Amino acid sequence: MTRLLALVPYLEARPDGVLMADAARDFGVGEAQLRRDLELLWVCGLPGHGPGDLVDLSFEGDRVRVTDTAGLVRPLRLATDEAVALVVALRALLELPGLAETDAVSRALLKVSAAAGEPADLAGAVTVSIDAREQTLAVVRQALEAGRALHLHYYVPSRDERTERTVDPMRLLLVEGHWYLEAWCRRVEGTRLFRLDRIDDLTVLDEPSAPPEQARPRDLDDGLYQPAEDQPLVRLRLDRSARWVADYFPVEEVVGVDDPPGGLSVAVRTGDPAWARRLVASLGGAARVEDPPELADQVRAAARAALARYSD
Amino acid sequence: MNLVFALLGTRQYVTAERIRAIVPGYEPADGSDRADEAFKRMFERDKADLRELGVPLETGRTSVFDTEDGYRIARSEYELPEITLTGDEAAAVGLALRLWQSAQLGGAAQGALVKLRAAGVDVDGAGTLPLQPRLDGGEPAFDACYTAARDRRLLTFTYARPDEDTGVKRRVQPWGVVSWHGRWYLVGHDLDRDAPRVFRLSRISGTPRASGPPDAFTPPADLDLAAVVARQVGRPEHVVVLLARPGTAVGLRRRATDLGPDDAGDDRLELRTTEPWALADEIAAHGPDVLVESPPELRAAVVERLTRLAAS
Repeated sequence: MTRLLALVPYLEARPDGVLMADAARDFGVGEAQLRRDLELLWVCGLPGHGPGDLVDLSFEGDRVRVTDTAGLVRPLRLATDEAVALVVALRALLELPGLAETDAVSRALLKVSAAAGEPADLAGAVTVSIDAREQTLAVVRQALEAGRALHLHYYVPSRDERTERTVDPMRLLLVEGHWYLEAWCRRVEGTRLFRLDRIDDLTVLDEPSAPPEQARPRDLDDGLYQPAEDQPLVRLRLDRSARWVADYFPVEEVVGVDDPPGGLSVAVRTGDPAWARRLVASLGGAARVEDPPELADQVRAAARAALARYSD
Repeated sequence: MNLVFALLGTRQYVTAERIRAIVPGYEPADGSDRADEAFKRMFERDKADLRELGVPLETGRTSVFDTEDGYRIARSEYELPEITLTGDEAAAVGLALRLWQSAQLGGAAQGALVKLRAAGVDVDGAGTLPLQPRLDGGEPAFDACYTAARDRRLLTFTYARPDEDTGVKRRVQPWGVVSWHGRWYLVGHDLDRDAPRVFRLSRISGTPRASGPPDAFTPPADLDLAAVVARQVGRPEHVVVLLARPGTAVGLRRRATDLGPDDAGDDRLELRTTEPWALADEIAAHGPDVLVESPPELRAAVVERLTRLAAS
């Protein structure tokens, strides 16, 4: 119904006619559906249903044109949700100057707010505030649009190291408030996600971006971390205060325990012992390593060495 | 469809009987109660459908001599006002509309796109930038919270703080939803605590339930949702000086100012943080490589963590 109401003004705004395929794409439907819509419109119109009262369409080959609108010349006003979706997203773009030209976004926001009228006032019900290193975002966007490879330094928190890489950019992602560049990393020969705020010294190269055939975008529906099945398990016993770990990382075999009271026993799959050591140490005693025992030993030894330095 | 054409084409209010006579598709009157009943049902359903779409259906009488109410659609209320966007403005709108993913605002964005195209604006919804944003992804409570804030209806949900085993029922007048530092929050007036409160959407269990009439309350006039969240969640800034062994603490150095080496050959690093406890966790994870010089509270917090780790 929304589509049918919009279809007549859509054609009216394009007096030279539109290719059926283009119109179908603009409305997000298949061409067969669009044809059915047009057939339905054909018999719609003003009471009386005489000549001049009905919607009139003319078809020339693959093009369709409206010759009589039966009075339906403008689309319906934006509904509240539509105005909110538009206004809030434009405001979010204003906070991301690297992604779109701020000037154009401001102008679009003014025009859209004016056209939306009252419902735009309700956009206050949703606020989006995003952190972004605008400079990095702008350079990544430039490389994606120009189809160029990138050279960068990337900080890997799990190993606390800075790495140097050349990558073939594939796409930009915004996940849980952070921007990521998905790219083919030539160093590790695999698809990787690079969080933008961990990228330093970013340069666009002259050579084209050429991700190889086997480079596949990752399906993020299961979350950002997708541990491989064959990686070893680290078993932790979490205090009540560290239970967030079970929400934050993909964990298996979650069991509630009474010691400590309200605690959880969880297993984390990881191929990186250094990451597990850092995780446990950063929990400051709120997590105990149940397995493997050597991990527990390493955490204890590091803490004792640090305490020894403090008492010097 | 035909009802819209008929009511948009008239300035007079048209009675239900007249609509039945002139708009094709309605059960004609044949004197039987069955036919009258069928017409009434269909007409009521059509009116509800149009109002659901946002069609401004007015009820009233054209003159004092009319004996019953009629219907009309005011063209000025129905039509989207004129809007023309330049190429870069339209590109900004196309990009903005791709930021949504939830059923509610994602669908609304698609609806807005169709109406803008029907208004003659050529918005490229696909864009040239390979981009997959998820501004509102992965929060099951989002739609319910947004809708209740939009309609200003009372919202009831079960909320569990991370250190609580079971959730507590909260009754809230929702003012709005905010994405702040990548996390979604509901801001509103908590009726049981009689004070403004901020709730992490991910800690709401089950689907929040809206109850009571719409427009049941008015949010504060000068409300800045992001500021409310920042006040409740954000904290004052602390200046911290660390001692790091050369070549270590790569991640901390990225956000620190290097003050030069101390007598023992460690690098003195100055950092600013609004989350000293998270920083203490991070420092403890570095073991003997990083010590706190000042402030003493942070030093004590790190020593406390290390002591627990050493004893675990």
